[in-house]
Amino acid sequence: MASPGSEPVHGSPRKQSRVVIRFAGDSGDGMQLTGDRFTAEAAAFGNDLSTLPNFPAEIRAPHGTLAGVSSFQLHFADYDILTPGDRPDVLVTMNPAALKANLTDLSPGGVLIVDTDEFTKRNLTKVGFESDPLEDGSLASYTVHRVAMTSLTTAALAPLGIGKKEAERSKNMFALGLLSWMYSRPTEGTERWLRDKFAKRPEIAEANIVAFRTGHAYGETTESFAVTYEVSPAALPDGTYRQITGNTALAYGIVASGLRFGLPVFLGSYPITPASDILHELSKLKRFGVTTFQAEDEIAGVSAAIGAAFGGSLGVTTTSGPGISLKSEAIGLAVMTELPLLVVDVQRGGPSTGLPTKTEQSDLLQAMFGRNGEAPLPIVAPRSPSDAFDATLDAVRIAVTYQTPVLLLSDGAIANGSEPWRLPEDGDLPETPVRFATEPNGPDGSFLPYLRDPDTLAVPWAVPGTPGLAHRIGGLEKADGTGNISYDPANHEFMVRVRQAKIDGVTVPDLDVEDPDGDADVLVVGWGSTYGPIGAAVRRLRALGHPVAQAHFRYLNPFPANTADVLRRYRKVVVPEMNLGQLAFLLQGRFCIPVESITKVAGMPFGAAELAERLTPLMMKEEVSA
Amino acid sequence: MTAIDLGLPVLGGLDRVPTEDEVQRAKDFTSDQEVRWCPGCGDYAVLAAVRSFLPTLHIKRENTVFVSGIGCSSRFPYYLDTYGMHSIHGRAPAIATGLAVTRPDLSVFVVTGDGDALSIGGNHLIHALRRNVNLTILLFNNRIYGLTKGQYSPTSEVGKVTKSTPMGSLDHPFNPVSLALGAEATFVGRAMDSDRAGLTEVLDAATRHRGASLVEIYQDCPIFNDGSFDVLRKPDQSESRVITVRHGEPIVFGNEGRYAVVRKGFGLAVAPTAEVAPEDVVVHDATDTELAFALSRLSDQDLQHAVFGVLRRVDRPTYDDLARAQVQHAVQDGTADLHSLLHGTDTWAVQSGNVQIPHD
Ligand code: SF4
Repeated sequence: MASPGSEPVHGSPRKQSRVVIRFAGDSGDGMQLTGDRFTAEAAAFGNDLSTLPNFPAEIRAPHGTLAGVSSFQLHFADYDILTPGDRPDVLVTMNPAALKANLTDLSPGGVLIVDTDEFTKRNLTKVGFESDPLEDGSLASYTVHRVAMTSLTTAALAPLGIGKKEAERSKNMFALGLLSWMYSRPTEGTERWLRDKFAKRPEIAEANIVAFRTGHAYGETTESFAVTYEVSPAALPDGTYRQITGNTALAYGIVASGLRFGLPVFLGSYPITPASDILHELSKLKRFGVTTFQAEDEIAGVSAAIGAAFGGSLGVTTTSGPGISLKSEAIGLAVMTELPLLVVDVQRGGPSTGLPTKTEQSDLLQAMFGRNGEAPLPIVAPRSPSDAFDATLDAVRIAVTYQTPVLLLSDGAIANGSEPWRLPEDGDLPETPVRFATEPNGPDGSFLPYLRDPDTLAVPWAVPGTPGLAHRIGGLEKADGTGNISYDPANHEFMVRVRQAKIDGVTVPDLDVEDPDGDADVLVVGWGSTYGPIGAAVRRLRALGHPVAQAHFRYLNPFPANTADVLRRYRKVVVPEMNLGQLAFLLQGRFCIPVESITKVAGMPFGAAELAERLTPLMMKEEVSA
Repeated sequence: MTAIDLGLPVLGGLDRVPTEDEVQRAKDFTSDQEVRWCPGCGDYAVLAAVRSFLPTLHIKRENTVFVSGIGCSSRFPYYLDTYGMHSIHGRAPAIATGLAVTRPDLSVFVVTGDGDALSIGGNHLIHALRRNVNLTILLFNNRIYGLTKGQYSPTSEVGKVTKSTPMGSLDHPFNPVSLALGAEATFVGRAMDSDRAGLTEVLDAATRHRGASLVEIYQDCPIFNDGSFDVLRKPDQSESRVITVRHGEPIVFGNEGRYAVVRKGFGLAVAPTAEVAPEDVVVHDATDTELAFALSRLSDQDLQHAVFGVLRRVDRPTYDDLARAQVQHAVQDGTADLHSLLHGTDTWAVQSGNVQIPHD
């Protein structure tokens, strides 16, 4: 692994294949913004990248405390990478709290850039440093750059005559300027972006640009930063790329689904971390005929979406785990009435309020079973930020083809993480408008709202306003065909089984296995956002000579038809998950195939090295006793 | 960014619903399902009134939708040959909101009860009212839980002895009309199940009102709360209790207008008309918020008085009209292009890229 900064070399930038940078500071220091902007620079330069924002749930945690530390990690490279990186090679810390909270993650020999102005006795004591780490030799194993970022920024901004507080707030742009210089990043984009962002307050735009340039110039002119680095553009598959977060990709997937299936989109949603950005994004996209409804609560959000679906819209509700708990009964109503509905769960740490800003995959069994009665529904999970677009289109396809609610399981890492997205070509999204029922389908011109399509078992979508098709639906058990209330035991038995058969019969693509050498006897399977860490860990194991295969579930209900075959082919099946083994439980229950579970619930994704290490013992063949 | 003024015209409740030229009858609105309320249940009278009232709206039957929650009255949609949804407990106003926002061509009714609307679904009711979604909400108030066999409800009088309160209920009841007014409802009315003419008059006004209309219907549950409104029905007792209001008319009631409503402090009181100067008799003004609230306070849990008719009716833009107008405004902008949305502002191209996979 390349690590910058050990031997200064003058002259041209030193080539690196990949680097992980982490910006860390107080929640008020603008670290997310700084990270985002550096990401945009890397994207514009053509690097592959992956990001991991990490911030407290409190909006303004007490200043300078460990609880208030916010960080943003960016991994960028000249080849295709899979994760935001395990450990930073470069750590930028804006105060002692950020140093304390992040130092143990810094790679040995890594570069540490510190804003010395914040290393006051008071700030050090606040987080329990007995002596100043910048002085006491405890940072000897790192390349430390002591930069008085705050005072350099305020000095540079003094001629602009803006207040001290405002001037200090620009120190994050100083840090960005410095890092942009170190990594030979293009700078015009950032200056343009600052002018746009602060178009209404040109003096603030100017202050930030001056701070940014000051940081850049500081790197260029100071002896201590003798070396710059260069990470070349990545050789990704041909195409046009942009950088995108999971929540944005998911929102775009909803818009594209509406256009594709010829349905107006109606989103009923209640604000909740980390799903709110989907609501924000869609509320800006009304020009695509999207209606967004910020409901009085989670239940109203899904209920309004069900009402809209009854009326012939693409009903969508977006939330996180606690919201799914509240929506369960209404989702059951959609199962029972057989209305198409997209339910998005951006998972976070649980149970209860749990860890709102941290990631976890612990809602799988809730998605699967979290409703009263036999209430099956399809489950689809994106595996990365950009994949959220395709996964959403797929979930909606299933919803409208089979007249069923579909649960789309994203998570915090996907939602806030970003990566390059190879954009679909025009024509990749053919329009296949949904056909509503228009004609009676029963004897003597009657309409049977629960007469099923023989192939899909879907019921017709007959919307109010259609002459001759007036009918009543509801949560009570309904008679096959007519939909009238029925308490008949045989009918209930039939209806429960037919609803299950409909979901079991949803066609999903086969499970792909990646086994480059074709000799693997261990299979690592996952779902959702563990795709990146599993892929990276598996690459490491292969490089060490372990034959290991990877497969990743996008469809968790129903499982792909070849699942049992795939799982049986391997001596060992290992399932890493950010929960206590929910997919492992499902696979064992469904297919009676023993699997090894690797679990983590720390609110953070698996690191590639961490996972490789945990997988290694499982690669060994058991000794065969003589 | 400041909000965009959408400058909407004032419309009636049915103005975007397709009209029906053919003559319709009650039986056209009657489904083939057998009605299964208990004998003597007040719901029968309301159903009959609604079946004969719907044809008078002259709108397409298929553009009429009834959404209900859970409870005895929530079976209502099954008995009407319109579109309908018998949903889950308390959520009908939220479901109807999604439907009304997306379908201006529908006349959307909500059928709910005191438990459904005021207990489990209280939140949805108040928010539908404050948003002023174009819905007509029929709140059947029988002051008891019927479907679950007789527990007290949020409108039961204090001290009510029921299966769940053998020593008498403790909690103070809601006054649904006061609640609706407090929730900024633009239309609030009340009627009695057995009063076909009065009920029809209020329902008609409610349906033609553009916005959320709440109609509280006093409904008898002979099985679990028999005769709960008898004091308002029996002529000897109702005479001094039943106050019917009409916009623009002086509020007098009883035989030959024996009683009158007058102002008292910040509220209202009832006085013998003979003892009141004619100019002191309150004239009903359905646009007067304070008057509507004061009228609602004349009806207490002991039913000493009960005000019927349209208590409040004011025009305010509806949420659904505004929501559609925002979307239309944005659509007319003509900038909706999926390609440019997906591409955003910063893209880069990769050509003939050979993907190498070094170890990560
Ligand atoms: S229990 Fe009461 S409200 Fe319910 S159907 Fe019977 S009489 Fe009517």
